Amino acid sequence: MSAISSTTTVAPRKKRLSPRKRAQRFRIVQYAVLVLAVVLAALTIDGHQLQQVFFRPDLIVQTIGPELGSAFLNTIIYTTGAFILGLVLGTVLALMKLSQVGPYRWLATIYTEFFRGIPAIIVLLAFSLMGVAFPGFSFPFDPYGAVWVALGMVSAAYMSETIRAGIQAVPKGQIEAARSLGMSPGMSMQRIVLPQAFRIVTPPLTNELVLLTKDSSLVYVIGLFASGYELTKFGRNLANSFANITPLVVAGLCYLVITLPLTYLVRRMETKQRKATR
Amino acid sequence: MTVSEVMPTGNREDEIQIYDLHKSFGDLEVLTGITTTIHRGEVVCIIGPSGSGKSTLLRCVNLLEQPTKGRIFILNEEITDPDADVDRLRTQMGMVFQSFNLFPHLTALQNCSIAQVRVLKKDPEEAKRIAQENLEKVGLGDRGHSYPAQMSGGQQQRVAIARALSMDPEMMLFDEPTSALDPELVGDVLSVMRDLADGGMTMMVVTHEMAFAREVADRVMFMDGGVIVEEGPPGEVIRNPKEERTRTFLARVLDPTHVHPTTTKYDHPDPQKTAGFEVRGLSHHGE
Ligand SMILES: Nc1ncnc2c1ncn2[C@@H]1O[C@H](COP(=O)(O)OP(=O)(O)OP(=O)(O)O)[C@@H](O)[C@H]1O
Ligand SMILES: [Mg+2]
Repeated sequence: MSAISSTTTVAPRKKRLSPRKRAQRFRIVQYAVLVLAVVLAALTIDGHQLQQVFFRPDLIVQTIGPELGSAFLNTIIYTTGAFILGLVLGTVLALMKLSQVGPYRWLATIYTEFFRGIPAIIVLLAFSLMGVAFPGFSFPFDPYGAVWVALGMVSAAYMSETIRAGIQAVPKGQIEAARSLGMSPGMSMQRIVLPQAFRIVTPPLTNELVLLTKDSSLVYVIGLFASGYELTKFGRNLANSFANITPLVVAGLCYLVITLPLTYLVRRMETKQRKATR
Repeated sequence: MTVSEVMPTGNREDEIQIYDLHKSFGDLEVLTGITTTIHRGEVVCIIGPSGSGKSTLLRCVNLLEQPTKGRIFILNEEITDPDADVDRLRTQMGMVFQSFNLFPHLTALQNCSIAQVRVLKKDPEEAKRIAQENLEKVGLGDRGHSYPAQMSGGQQQRVAIARALSMDPEMMLFDEPTSALDPELVGDVLSVMRDLADGGMTMMVVTHEMAFAREVADRVMFMDGGVIVEEGPPGEVIRNPKEERTRTFLARVLDPTHVHPTTTKYDHPDPQKTAGFEVRGLSHHGE
């Protein structure tokens, strides 16, 4: 053992560059590759054609209008409704997972695994066909109801895991203090634990809201009247009729208007929490 | 007489009656038969080595731990009865924890009023008034709108005492209330507790503060290995222990060079203050 290690240390080494020098050379290579790629792109890509396909000004003007506004609003409505439903159901599932009663825990686990394991689009399609499968049945607030329930049920599966972790992150002493003041288990949970748990999980839940905003685009697969169009469906229809991608680009930018501020908010909350826990 | 035949004395002076209390965690027997009565206005200090079951005893009294065997009567009502209204009995016993356990999402005032409103169904304005009174009592009348994170450990512990007092309890349980505090903050909390004792509050105090026990306690209870080894007035138990185990323990904690494990976590304990406190304790020892 010692013989081996001594030979390796004693063995004559090739002359190596210092780590600093090596890092410097690697950086130079990276810049060179970048410059090469930019030059190649400038030579091969026709800027005018690019603009005509993705950013045609006249189509941008035609896309922006009251219908885009309604699609934007619908995206928000689909998302918000699904989020609220998911939050409520997710909280219930989280409490079930922490229950003393075995069957509640099993049910919640089966639910979570099921809805996290299948594509959201299948759930959405299934719920949109409920009216056909059960004649006479329809979700309230058509067409919003079916989407809220479908996307809400899927996001509840994800949120329940987050919320459960949040509840468990609240120190045990908090419940003990609450109980020692005579609060019942339910009241301790509602007044003491949950408010703290939700504070802990606000950043991850806001991330979930961002994901849900994008997932609301799945609505385009179900049959809808024009009044129910959201950004993706709206952009796709226009893109089809103009045979041009510009409307989809506009729709994409609209998503960024929603998601970028939210992601920024999450980052701020996370830094604040990190500071608070330091 | 077997435990099941035990009846509460019915004497309203006997506020906490404990009969043959046992508590096990799995195979580990932590309490092995505790019997004692704590009277109205009595201050009982519980001392003993780490792991002797002091916290467990205190937590059994308000049923934060479910006893394995034995019976406990609070104000002559059995709290260990499966049908007992435990939540109501707990409002009669304020509990103060080593780690404060203030509600971090509520202000000091809200910490002191939430249970009054939610449990005692007090009018919010009335609850706030009582909360303010108790904050003043612990010297924090001007900090009502601060959140726990904005206060020092000593202030937080005093808010925790005010929170317990706001329920207007018959008795108070303290579990090492000063063990998590920087040495210079210990005095404020102890002086609040001394005021409470002087005011006639019934108190069970688990503590390592021997000077406090000696000055304030009516009775000192030395626990080791899950039993009460020795109990009596502080003058007897601390100054003149009969049992060898008590003597060994006291020799260790009263040694001025000894630093108790719970105080070693501070990076820079102020040697002068710590020493001063011990010396003050020892001077009483020799009087
Ligand atoms: N919830 C629990 N589960 C398992 N064991 C426990 C639990 N609570 C306490 N114990 C054990 O019971 C014994 C007594 O604990 P307890 O906290 O009552 O001691 P203590 O006298 O308060 O000690 P300290 O001075 O360190 O606070 C210890 O050995 C401890 O590890
Ligand atoms: Mg303890």
